[in-house]
Amino acid sequence: MDAEKLNFLAAKARQLRDDAIETIGTFGVGHIGGVMSVMDALTVIYYSKAKNLDPKNPRKKDRDRIIMSKGHAGPAMYAVLADLGYFPREWLHTLNLNGTNLPSHCDMNKTPGIDMTAGSLGQGLSVAVGMAAAAKLDGNPATIYCIIGDGESQEGQIWEASMYAGSHKLNNLIVLLDYNKMQLDGALKDINDLAPAADKWRSFGFYVQDIDGHDLEAISDAIDRAKASDRANMIVLNTVKGKGARFAEEASNCHSMTITEEMWRNETGRKA
Amino acid sequence: MTDDREIRQTLASALVEAAKSDDRIVVLDADLMSCHATKCFKEAFPDRFFNVGIAEQNLIGMAAGMATMGKIPFAYSFAPFATRRCYDQIFISVAYSGLNVKIIGSEPGVAAEANGGTHMPFEDMALMRAVPKMICFEPTDATMMQKALPQIIDHDGAVYVRMFRKKAAKIYDESLDFKLGKANMLADGDDVTLVASGIMVERALQAAEALHADGFSARVLNMHTWKPVDVDALRAAAERTGAIVTCENHNIYGGLGSAVAEVIVREHPVPMRLVGIKDEFGQVGKNAYLSEVYGITAKDVYEAAKDVISVK
Repeated sequence: MDAEKLNFLAAKARQLRDDAIETIGTFGVGHIGGVMSVMDALTVIYYSKAKNLDPKNPRKKDRDRIIMSKGHAGPAMYAVLADLGYFPREWLHTLNLNGTNLPSHCDMNKTPGIDMTAGSLGQGLSVAVGMAAAAKLDGNPATIYCIIGDGESQEGQIWEASMYAGSHKLNNLIVLLDYNKMQLDGALKDINDLAPAADKWRSFGFYVQDIDGHDLEAISDAIDRAKASDRANMIVLNTVKGKGARFAEEASNCHSMTITEEMWRNETGRKA
Repeated sequence: MTDDREIRQTLASALVEAAKSDDRIVVLDADLMSCHATKCFKEAFPDRFFNVGIAEQNLIGMAAGMATMGKIPFAYSFAPFATRRCYDQIFISVAYSGLNVKIIGSEPGVAAEANGGTHMPFEDMALMRAVPKMICFEPTDATMMQKALPQIIDHDGAVYVRMFRKKAAKIYDESLDFKLGKANMLADGDDVTLVASGIMVERALQAAEALHADGFSARVLNMHTWKPVDVDALRAAAERTGAIVTCENHNIYGGLGSAVAEVIVREHPVPMRLVGIKDEFGQVGKNAYLSEVYGITAKDVYEAAKDVISVK
């Protein structure tokens, strides 16, 4: 990736983090940790990789699909979708308000650009597998991206879906694991450990890449390699929960946090 | 009289026919292809048949994903595993997401016979009825299944089909005028209305004959669609006959009796009796034996009708 592109993506990821911090901060509470940890991957997917996206025609048939299976990262998606023009930026200030189109968890029938409803964990990957199978059936060129959480991977359905995708070599499916090693109640290793994550998916027949989930160039290269593979793809994104929001990174548990106006303005440098 | 066609084979063959001109139709099964006669679909359209293995949550999730791509997926399993085992997937990935997935649950209630209590759903329709916007349908025989299929395909939304899979009692011939959501009146009468579904329709007709011998006339309504239930037919029946007996191969809690009572209590309150499973689990046994054990025979319907007539 050339330096100009890399600089653009880095600046974009920072801006999107600030947008999401402001979005959650304006409401006052939300899933800041998992929103921050996926932002670099979302930036690379939406601003460098995804094909045939059209904010004016969000249900375009041959578009790449991007499923946020860890649905509580909705505000990360909203920052991206607002920036790309799927809906007015002002909507970002309506998160979770009565009658909003931006609920805390992703809803395909409320938010333009959201490809699947999620929130009850473990379900998005099966949907992505169904999409990948249907795309192959139709000769649809779409790549199906699915972002899952590490805590989410404690759900049995993740493994039902992975077994099918692996055994059927769905190489148009790229799963990205947000491996921040923390869940609501604490560390995965203390609760129900996913490690060794890469080996698990390798044994399910996936082409697995284990990378730094905050290295934009590494994410970009991994997606390129995944697109050329002949198997279902897993990119293990080693991430930091709360990455890029100092108050979240410093908190003992940032899964969901109360965020004051002072906190979000201080973090983003955005003046009243 | 027993039908000369199995309901499962009728549905599978009808799906093959429909799929010839509608490339949106795909079929998914969870390692029960041999039990559902869906092999003929696989042979006709190998690329459009997906056996996901014994993984019902993934079955429903994949069907939902295919629906987002414009497909009309028919997802099959035994009724308990097509509903109970993947309830949240049906609720969130299908219904809450507004997706067009058809769920076929086979072997309802005592029809599970030798598979016993683990496989014998008396609660599947109660579960599906509690899913907003879900259409809940129980075909009576092969003819009804065949006539229902185009309407199920045309309905843009989730449908649950509670399917007795083998040869049922033949109730209908080709003259059947079928409409999802509209009860089918099989007999008219003044003294009581028997509202039945599935295997209980034949028993309700037998009970009506026995009542006739006693000098009573019974209206018999086939309420094949439990949701949306036919409010107009129920109101008219209550007004005309003044007493209702519901007949279901299902728990009376949350089932057809509940669905009818929800309407009657509002539209035109009359005495009711509910013939069905009274909050019990299943067990192994033949249909006839289990029907005696759980109190869902024609005689049970007849006695409930006599009882309710006596309190009019």
